[in-house]
Amino acid sequence: MRSGKITYRLVIFILALIFGLGFSMPSFLQSQSGHKISLGLDLQGGLHMLLGVQTDEALASKVKSVASSIRYFTNKNDILVDSLKIEPDAVKLTILDGDDVKKINEMLKSIKGLDVKQDALSYTITLTEQEKIDTQKYAVDQAVETIRNRLDQFGLAEPTVAKQGEKDILVELPGIKTAADEQRAKDLIAKAAHLQLMALDDKRQDQAQSISAADAAAYGDVIYPDVKNQNFKYLIKDIPVLDGSMLVDARVAFDNQTNSPIINFTLNAEGARIFGDFTGSNVGKRLAIVLDGKVYSAPVINERIGGGSGQISGGFSVEEAHDVAIALRSGALLAPVKMLEKRSIGPSLGQQSIDQSMVALAGGAILVVLFMVIVYGLAGILANIALVVNILILVAIMALFGATLTLPGMAGILLTIGMAVDANVIINERIRELLKQGQSVSVSIQRGYENAMSAIVDSNLTTLITSAALYAYGTGPVKGFAVTMSIGIIASMLTAILGTHGMFEFLTKKIENSKNTVLWFGYKIRKAA
Amino acid sequence: MQIFDKGTIYDFMGKRWIFFAMSFVLFFGSIVLLATKGLNYGIDFSGGTLIQVKYEGNAPLELIRSKLATNETLKNANVTEFGSAEEITIRYAGSSDSLGSNPGEVVSNLLADTGKFEIRRVDVVGPKVGSELREKGIMAVAVSLVLILLYIAVRFEWRFALAAIFSEIHDVVITLGAISLLSIDVNLDTLAAVLTVLGYSLNDTIIIFDRIRESVTESKTIKLTQLINESVSMTLPRTIMTSITTMLAVLVLFFYGGDMIHGFSIIMIVGIIIGTISSVFIAAPMLVWFKFNVTNYRAHLADKERNKKEKEKIRAMYEKGTV
Repeated sequence: MRSGKITYRLVIFILALIFGLGFSMPSFLQSQSGHKISLGLDLQGGLHMLLGVQTDEALASKVKSVASSIRYFTNKNDILVDSLKIEPDAVKLTILDGDDVKKINEMLKSIKGLDVKQDALSYTITLTEQEKIDTQKYAVDQAVETIRNRLDQFGLAEPTVAKQGEKDILVELPGIKTAADEQRAKDLIAKAAHLQLMALDDKRQDQAQSISAADAAAYGDVIYPDVKNQNFKYLIKDIPVLDGSMLVDARVAFDNQTNSPIINFTLNAEGARIFGDFTGSNVGKRLAIVLDGKVYSAPVINERIGGGSGQISGGFSVEEAHDVAIALRSGALLAPVKMLEKRSIGPSLGQQSIDQSMVALAGGAILVVLFMVIVYGLAGILANIALVVNILILVAIMALFGATLTLPGMAGILLTIGMAVDANVIINERIRELLKQGQSVSVSIQRGYENAMSAIVDSNLTTLITSAALYAYGTGPVKGFAVTMSIGIIASMLTAILGTHGMFEFLTKKIENSKNTVLWFGYKIRKAA
Repeated sequence: MQIFDKGTIYDFMGKRWIFFAMSFVLFFGSIVLLATKGLNYGIDFSGGTLIQVKYEGNAPLELIRSKLATNETLKNANVTEFGSAEEITIRYAGSSDSLGSNPGEVVSNLLADTGKFEIRRVDVVGPKVGSELREKGIMAVAVSLVLILLYIAVRFEWRFALAAIFSEIHDVVITLGAISLLSIDVNLDTLAAVLTVLGYSLNDTIIIFDRIRESVTESKTIKLTQLINESVSMTLPRTIMTSITTMLAVLVLFFYGGDMIHGFSIIMIVGIIIGTISSVFIAAPMLVWFKFNVTNYRAHLADKERNKKEKEKIRAMYEKGTV
């Protein structure tokens, strides 16, 4: 037997085969290490959530913190303030002494992003548009970071936390099995962990149980319930002394007397100073420790507390204290998150989906392969070799890029199998046409590829265009589908066009010598009459 | 094996009125269906909650309905069998947006004494996400249609692009009609299926168009109907082969793919049939409608060829440095 011609096409195809084989193996043999295809949640079970960040709340709390700073500054410098009020998106204050105007103006200038309107001694302070945009963006980025930190510390396998669009966050937790786990994960994510140390309004606390929210606001107060007894209310000055942004650490500890879990927290230097100053000048008054809008304790200040540490006690189970400490350590959510979409798939359903689609994939592939051999003979076998390499490359590329395989993605692969042979069908039909016209085998092969090329290129390019549109505008499964389809098409250009051509070129001599075109192309040349 | 390999030229154009009439009926029938019956939006697009429960043994539907009726939100829930008598889905419009509540648990408690079961899937989609997904889906289809239109107009001619787009719209509308008729839930997977149908049918159309373009330069006839008959007949083996292989794959998906992709595979089956028919009997004959002129196009292609040769000549001269 004479050796065949080895062309660059065959070489590229063999390289592609080695590439596909090498990088797809870890995905097929799960024991092997290396890049593997990650399975979508619909295939392995788990929890998928889309969270919306309520950025308006971030703006409100930004305004509040501006008010805190102003109050701290005026107290420290003995500036007499007639009123200091927070309206939804503005801080209003009036000072009594015109001599202080300069001081206040300088102080306000030092805070960036403020829009200050002054009318004699009255100020209306709002955030600039740019500051609002920045604050909202920061709130989302910070929420992504915070949720990621919390889930990492919670000890879940491979959580995904990613920003989606402007204000949304996608969280995927594979391997969440029980409803209790799910609940705990959700609580941990949603916990605002917004710690505030606030002054109790001692003068009016007697009215706390009966006062309306509007009346309280008129005094510059807010009403918060007690954590253990929701019916018991506290009346608290609405501008906090400190908030959790100055917190550097939080750990679970146990109370010496009751042995119940408490959380010790530590403040940073600035927080420690503010805390020291406040406790020093408010001995005998009460300080409320407020976490997420509930009062955990409201002890009387006995002396100046330096060093910047405190504790939250009351109302925790050990597990809860642990989760709250994680949440506090990883920072408060600047804005609360709201569940927009939640999908949880049980592990048994995921397994069933994998099993069924594997059967479908194998069954479909076998049928297509058999059909090609029956219709095109040995040319069909070449097309099938190309098809197998196509699938290997598809798996390899998906594994390398960390693409996720979803249920529609599986259907996409099966469809690729059905359509991947299309190029070879077109080519083989063209070769048959030329053979029928009485052309020689080598000419038929060469010209068959040339004639088929424009149709194949046009159809592949339009499919790629559609995939690109799908990818750009699709979400979730549609996106996965688009990725699978695009990789499949690109791989098929390499295998079905280059690969089979290379193999044909290698075999041309053999085909010409055998003369049996039925065996090779499933087509018998009739002698032209 | 040889299929349609005798080289016979079939008279597709002579039969085009029969298929136009059929398409007309299907197309406007679909529009009427879509206008009256409408689409059955799944929770992906309408928002809401879906809970999938699998029982050991047959699911007691009546008992389940009566148990759910005791709960205010679940009172109007839609309980249906899913794939088999053992598995059910519970669907209702509400979606609580607080992270705290867990509909799976609520249902699990309500159904506690209806038998042994397992909650397999809980999907909650808020209304805002639903409408966003719907808009994006429509955008995806619209943008890909426009891009395809441009591509074909550049690679072929504007009449080809127009004919392709009309036949695409024809396919999508009839496929949607079938979805409405069979009351298949429209969700993200369904959308992916419709888009695949679009891609598949376009593929078919382009391969036939490519052959027509080739025939314009090679065939002796200037009669468009004759040209189309020749081209479609020559591509017929390919059209049928590819439809068969794709159909084989999709049929396996339909029978063994499981309930989760049942809707997906039905749509694909309908789509492949409609797509194949439309490429042969709608897209190609439409060129006649749009008064495609063979002589002009032949001249146009010849011009293009000449320009290409000219450019190559100039380049060759330039490279040799003889300009």
